[in-house]
Amino acid sequence: MAADALVELENVHFARGPHTVLDGVGLRITQGAIVSIMGASGGGKTTLLNLMAGTLAPQAGRIRVAGQDLQTLNFGDLYRLRRRMGMLFQHSALFTDFSVFENVAFPLRRHFRLDESVLRKLVLMKLEAVGLRGAAGLMPAELSGGMGRRVALARAMVMDPMLIFYDEPFTGLDPISVGIIATLIRRLNDALGATSILVSHDVQETFSIADYGYILAGGKIIAEGTPDTLRASDSELARQFLGGKPDGPVPFHYPAKDDYATALTGVWAAGEAI
Amino acid sequence: MAFMEFIPNLGRRTLRTVPNLGTASRFLLLSLFAVANRHFSIQQLLKQVYGFGVRSLLLMMVAAFFTGMVLGFQGYYALVRFGATSALGTLVALSLLRELGPVLTALLFAGRAGSALTAEISSMKATEQLSAMEMMAVNPLAWVVAPRLWAGIFVVPILCVIFDLVGIFGGYLISVPVLGVDGGTFWAQMQSNVAFSGDILTGLFKALCFGLVVTWIAAWQGYAAQPTAEGVGNATTISVVTASLAVLGLDFILTAFLFT
Amino acid sequence: MEKRAIDWWVGIFVLLGIAALVVLALRVGNLSGFAYNEGYVLHADFSNVGSLKPRSPVKLGGVTIGEVTHIGMDPKTFMAKVTMRIEPKVKLPTDTGASIYTEGLLGEQYVSIQPGGMPQDLQPGGTITMTQSAVNIDQLIGQMVFSKASGK
Repeated sequence: MAADALVELENVHFARGPHTVLDGVGLRITQGAIVSIMGASGGGKTTLLNLMAGTLAPQAGRIRVAGQDLQTLNFGDLYRLRRRMGMLFQHSALFTDFSVFENVAFPLRRHFRLDESVLRKLVLMKLEAVGLRGAAGLMPAELSGGMGRRVALARAMVMDPMLIFYDEPFTGLDPISVGIIATLIRRLNDALGATSILVSHDVQETFSIADYGYILAGGKIIAEGTPDTLRASDSELARQFLGGKPDGPVPFHYPAKDDYATALTGVWAAGEAI
Repeated sequence: MAFMEFIPNLGRRTLRTVPNLGTASRFLLLSLFAVANRHFSIQQLLKQVYGFGVRSLLLMMVAAFFTGMVLGFQGYYALVRFGATSALGTLVALSLLRELGPVLTALLFAGRAGSALTAEISSMKATEQLSAMEMMAVNPLAWVVAPRLWAGIFVVPILCVIFDLVGIFGGYLISVPVLGVDGGTFWAQMQSNVAFSGDILTGLFKALCFGLVVTWIAAWQGYAAQPTAEGVGNATTISVVTASLAVLGLDFILTAFLFT
Repeated sequence: MEKRAIDWWVGIFVLLGIAALVVLALRVGNLSGFAYNEGYVLHADFSNVGSLKPRSPVKLGGVTIGEVTHIGMDPKTFMAKVTMRIEPKVKLPTDTGASIYTEGLLGEQYVSIQPGGMPQDLQPGGTITMTQSAVNIDQLIGQMVFSKASGK
């Protein structure tokens, strides 16, 4: 198992100013798997992805991707490593002044000098895989949210990456598109022999395709395992999150400095925080 | 109360400005040297020259024409009291070449192209296009920022030359046919008092500096903007205000150094 | 294609900029030397040229007929030697005079030519001998002040 780890995090700490986002996160992601990282909104999931992609650096801890320690890599090596990674962004992040075809062709054009005919074949192959070959000539503004995300997926895949990150791939999509994206993630992962890391708070869809899951809360991994073990987890927090219960270890009420009755009956000076 | 807080506020603001200026300078140098990066593209540069230059040309020419005409009028009424209307050509040409040409070109450029540049880069940031580029191992400084920065440096002097010429022509139209100043004197006086390197080229050098500063501020404000719709709006406003003030301040410094 | 169109426009834009610079240099700046290139050269010696400069106009009856090309000092006579270029179609008699005047009170100084009546014309490279130097305003004011002070 140790030899198969593609991504390894050890005791990673990350803070934005005074606000601690990650507080000693450790995880190990095996090759070929689809791994999901779940947690509440604003819980540092996207930060975790950015750390693994090397766009952010942790204050403490180690991150290894494909056997290379990200903190010791120089700029050029980091960029070389990134060529073997793909990322699907929450807002698709398509280049608005390029057509669908040019968006998908962008990484190829930037990194290789290919014949136009070869390039065309590669791009159309990826577009066909996401079912949007017919939309090659459209501009991003003409696409629906689901189609945009599929184009972004084709773009993330076009370099045949070993590691693909998905940042909230299901958010803001209709049920049909969610189903399509979920199927595509599974199918493309297996076809490319890649490893996928999926950050999401959409429990059902994520569990339908993930091989392994982590639950992140309060900057720490509170539970991990296959979807079935996670569902059977006895952690209060995990159960609250997976079951979508409004109250539990994550309280419904934002902490207030006095109790509700005092706040209603008491008087306060103008301008004082309630 | 407000006055008592003024001094510490000023101190705090300075403390924040200094490191920001450092980051912005780093950004400038990295972007300028990114021409050596393999992801810098001449095609992108030409596209920006087109966007900044060709598409601001009409605006510049109209503004220059009116500026020149106003200079002709005002100069005439100032000089006619001393019987020195023969110096009108010199006055129009020197005002335009040394000050108004570079400064007005830069201010109009900041409003027209600078604001658009900030809006473009900040919305690319807000929609994660810049992060996407980084994930595709394409340095956004080389692909996005460098062509725009160099285009600004290249375009503003050209716009300024055209501004100068059209402005002088506007001044001529008012002075000679309308106000009846002798045409020969107008040009002869201008020619004998305008130095090619001392007035024309130094004016263009000013324009070059302004081009760099305006595009730098615009690009940096876009790059450092909050990645939200509100952040895009704020950055655009700040960009135009800062760039305009920077042009006026820098103009004072350059004038003090260049024309002494 | 659109790419081609952009290349064209940028090309036109750059050419426009260069053309504007050339026009500025020749028409507005004093890089020309064009205007009286064809003309012939005359010299004139003055005891004082005031603030006359190269490129100052040379006028006849208020019309510009040439320009000053060079101002030097004759080491023997200690006179200022002004070299001018005159339009070829203007032929000046040998007894022509030259003075240095100021345009308006604050205006620029120029060489004014007063043509004489002799039948022979000055040859290219010739010298105008009858000259009147620049009026020195400082001296004029000084004289005026002293004359007032002495109660005349």
